[in-house]
Amino acid sequence: MAKQHITTTINGEPTEFLCEPNETMLDVLRNELNMTGSKEGCGSGDCGACSITLDGRLVCSCLMLGVEAAGAEIETIEGMADGETLHPLQQKFLEMAALQCGICTPGMLIAAKSLLEENPDPTETEVRYWLAGNLCRCTGYDKIIRAVMDTAAEMRGAA
Amino acid sequence: MTDTTNKWIGQRTIRPDGAEKVTGSAAFAADTTMPGMIWGSVLRSPHAHARIKSIDTSKAEAHPGVKAVVTAADIVDFPVDTPVALGIQDMRWMCRNVMAREKALFHGHPIAAVAAMSEAIAAEACKLIEVDYEVLPHVIEIDDAIADGAPILHDFIEFEGKPSNIAGTIEHTKGDIEAGFAEADLIIERDFTTRPVHQGYIEPHACLVSVAADGKATIWSSSQGQFMVRAMTGLLTGIPQSNIRAIPAEIGGGFGGKTIVYLEPLATILSKKSGRPVKMVMSREDVMRASGPTSGSKSTVKIGVKKDGTITAADGTFWLQAGGLPGAPVRGAVGCALAPYDIPNGHTLGYDVVSNRSKVAAYRAPGAPLGAFGVECVLDEIAEQLGMDPLDLRLKNAAKEGTKAVHGPTYPLMGYVESLEAAKAHEHYNTPLGPNQGRGVASGFWFNAGGESSAQVNITEDGNVVVTTGHPDIGGSRAGIANICAEILGIDYQRVSVLIGDTATIGFSNLTGGSRVLFASSIVVTESTNKIIHTLCELAAKIWDIDPEAVNWEDGEARPAGANAGQFPPLTLKELAARANESGGPIGESTQINTTGAEGGFGTHICDVEIDPELGTAKIVRYTVLQDVGRAVHPSYVEGQMQGGAAQAIGWALNEEYIYTKDGRVDNPGFLDYRMPIASDLPMLDTHIIEVPNPKHPQGIRGVGEVPLVPGLSAVRNAVYDAVGIRFNDLPISPPKVVEALDMPKAAE
Repeated sequence: MAKQHITTTINGEPTEFLCEPNETMLDVLRNELNMTGSKEGCGSGDCGACSITLDGRLVCSCLMLGVEAAGAEIETIEGMADGETLHPLQQKFLEMAALQCGICTPGMLIAAKSLLEENPDPTETEVRYWLAGNLCRCTGYDKIIRAVMDTAAEMRGAA
Repeated sequence: MTDTTNKWIGQRTIRPDGAEKVTGSAAFAADTTMPGMIWGSVLRSPHAHARIKSIDTSKAEAHPGVKAVVTAADIVDFPVDTPVALGIQDMRWMCRNVMAREKALFHGHPIAAVAAMSEAIAAEACKLIEVDYEVLPHVIEIDDAIADGAPILHDFIEFEGKPSNIAGTIEHTKGDIEAGFAEADLIIERDFTTRPVHQGYIEPHACLVSVAADGKATIWSSSQGQFMVRAMTGLLTGIPQSNIRAIPAEIGGGFGGKTIVYLEPLATILSKKSGRPVKMVMSREDVMRASGPTSGSKSTVKIGVKKDGTITAADGTFWLQAGGLPGAPVRGAVGCALAPYDIPNGHTLGYDVVSNRSKVAAYRAPGAPLGAFGVECVLDEIAEQLGMDPLDLRLKNAAKEGTKAVHGPTYPLMGYVESLEAAKAHEHYNTPLGPNQGRGVASGFWFNAGGESSAQVNITEDGNVVVTTGHPDIGGSRAGIANICAEILGIDYQRVSVLIGDTATIGFSNLTGGSRVLFASSIVVTESTNKIIHTLCELAAKIWDIDPEAVNWEDGEARPAGANAGQFPPLTLKELAARANESGGPIGESTQINTTGAEGGFGTHICDVEIDPELGTAKIVRYTVLQDVGRAVHPSYVEGQMQGGAAQAIGWALNEEYIYTKDGRVDNPGFLDYRMPIASDLPMLDTHIIEVPNPKHPQGIRGVGEVPLVPGLSAVRNAVYDAVGIRFNDLPISPPKVVEALDMPKAAE
C-alpha cells in the first residue's frame, strides 16, 4: 500500500507526515514524528496512556488512524506546557506527587485537561468516572484525583 | 528521629525528574531510537505444553527485509543438573524462560525471534518459521499438577523419590505444634485459594540493543536493575560483562515483574548477528501471556487459641504455582504468614509447584500476601468465635521487640503494635457502617532488604551537587535522596541533582526490589556526603590555616569553631567549591557498601466494603492503611506506596484473575478482561504513617513499598464477611461468586 500524505495541525503547528493507511495515530506520533510523550500501554484503548485530543475531543490515539488526522487539530502532551511554564495540572501533579513511575501521566494529564475544559467544577465522582479510561497501577488514584480537584479549584479562583 | 529541626527530611519536595515526567519528555525504554535501528519480533508457542522436535528458520531468513533470526541454539545453555544462581534466580530456568529449549512450557513461551526492517516484516517472518511440535498433555491448576498421574513437566524433577511437579519445599518450625494445639481451647482450620495475578505495570517490557563491530553491547531497557540486565544478558549470550553497558531507561512500573530479563538477550543476539541496533517491545498480550505474574496458591491454615485469645499453636501449608519452571516465592509465604505474631509453637511448609503457565516473577512482597491471606482470615473467625475485637486479638498476640519469629529472627525495635493501636483509635474504625456495608481488618509483614548499593556524590565547580546512584527510580526515590543529601549538607534541595547511573558510570548496585532502594541508597549517599563535608572542612581549615578539627559544618557553610569561633567569616559551599582546585582538587566521593540492617516492616489495614446484593459487586467505600515506615523522608511518596499497595490488594481480592481455556491458553490477555482497579472503582485511600525509627539506619528508614500489599487481601475479604455473613476463602470475590453465594438470581446480562 502506498503511504498517505497527511496535512494536519499538532499543538498549533501545521504538520505534514506520510503514513501507512493502517497506521495508528499513536504510531505516527511516536515513530514518524518522534513525539514519544504519548505512550502505548495496551494498543486496544483500555489504558488511556496514549490519550490525545482530536478537534477538542478526548481520544485514544491507538484507536485512531493516522489518516484521520487530515485537516484536524490534534493536541498532545508535548503541547500542554507553554515553554517553561507548566500547565496548572502539570504543576499540581508535581506538587501533590500524583505520579510514581510516570508512564500513565501524559495520558492522565491530557484526559484531566479535557475534563476541566468541559466541566471546570467536577465532583470527585465526576473526576473518577472521567478518568476511568486511564489506568494507573502505582498510585491507587488518590493523589491524582486530589490533584485534579485542587487544580480545578485553583483555576476557577484564577478565572 | 522525631527531630523537628529537619529542613528537608520529611518535606514534600518536587521530585528531581518531575518536569520531564509531566511533559512527556522522560525517555522510557520504548521511546529510544538509534540510526539504522531495526525491529525484533518473537514467535511464541501456541501450545501450553509441547516438545519441540525441530525448528526450520530458512524461509524466515530468506524473507525480504529480515536481517537475523535467533533460536535457543544461539542462547547459552545451562544444563538442568547444575544450578547457577544469580540473586534469587537460577540461570538453568532463565535460559529456558527467555527461549524454549527442549519443550514449550506455556502458551506464549518464546520459540524464536526475528529482526527485520520493520515490526510488520519481523512479525510476518515469524509466521514463516516452521516448528514441529509434539503436543503433550498440559496441566494448569495446582490440584491437577500434584495429583497422581498428572502430566509431568520436567523429568529431572523428583519429589519423594518419584517424578513430580513439586520442585521444592521450604519449612519453618518453632516449638512443638502438637503440644501447642493440645493446650488450645479453640482450634480453627480452613482451606484457601488465590489466583495468579499480574503486576499490571502499564509499560510493556521494551529494549533497544546495539552491538558494535568490536562486540561491545549497549542496552537501553526498562528494568528494575541495570546490573541484573548486564549480568543476565552476559550469562545468556556469553558476552563478558565488561563489554556490556546497560543503561536504565525510565521505568513505567515494575512491582517486581521487571527484576528478570525477557527481551534483552534476544535483542542482543539479533543485533550481534545483524550488525544493526535492534528494538523490541512487547504487546500487552505478550506481557499477559509470557511475563511473570505472581503465583496462584492453595493453603491450609490451622490456629489454636486459649479462651483469652492467646495463640498456642499455628500451622500453615502453602502450595504456590511457579509456572513452567521452578521458582515460586515460597519463602515469602512461609516466612511472612505468621510473622506479625508471637507464637510459641508454629510451623509453616511451602511447596513450589510447576504447571503450564508462564514462569512467575516477583510481585510486591512476593509470596507474603499468599501466606498472610489464610492466617488473617482464620484470625478473623477466631475473634468472632471468642467475641473479641479482631484488633484486640492481634494486639494480644502481636510480635514486638525481642519476639522470636517462627521463621527465625528475633525482632528489634519495631512499630507493629503501634499500627494496631493507631487502627483501634482511628476515627475510621469507630465510625458506624451503612446498610449492606461491612468492615474488615488485617495485618501483614514483609522482610525488607539491604544489599549492595553505590553512590557517587560530586560537588560542581559552582557549588551545587550531583548525586548518582545505581537504582532505577520506580516511584520517586530520587526525591528522597535529594531530601537527604540537602539535609546533611544544609543546602536547598533544588541544588541537589539526582541521577541514575548506568553500569559503566556507577558501581554495582543490586535491584530496585525488596523495598530496599531508599533504605540502601540513603546509606551510601549519607556516607559520601559526610565524607564530602569532611573534605570541605579540611579545605576551610587550610584556607584559614587552622586545625581541621576546629571547623564545623553548619547550614551549608564551614564555620570556625572552638577557640577560633568567630575569627573568620564562614565559607559557604559555593565559596569552597570555587576554591577547590587551588587547595586540594575536585570534591567528590564514591561509596560502595553491601548494606545491612534492613529490618522487617509491619502494617495494618481497615477496609469498609458495600455489597450490592443484586449485582454481587463489592464496592470499597473506605480504606485506611496504617504502617510503621521508620522515617518518612518524603511523606507523599511514602503515602503513595501505601495507597498503591492497597489498590493492588483490592484488585487481587475482588477482580483480578487469569482465565485459561481448556486447551491451556490465556483467554483474557488484555486490560479489558483482566480487570485491574480503575479510578471509579476506588475511594480515597487514607494513610496513617507511623514512625518508629529503624535503629540500624542513619535516618531511621525502613522499607515501605511492599508491606502495604500484604494485609489487603484479607482486610477486603473480612469486610465482605462482615457485610454479608459469608466467608469467601477463594479469591477473587468476583460478582458471580457473590451472587451465587447470596443465592440471588443472576443479574440481567
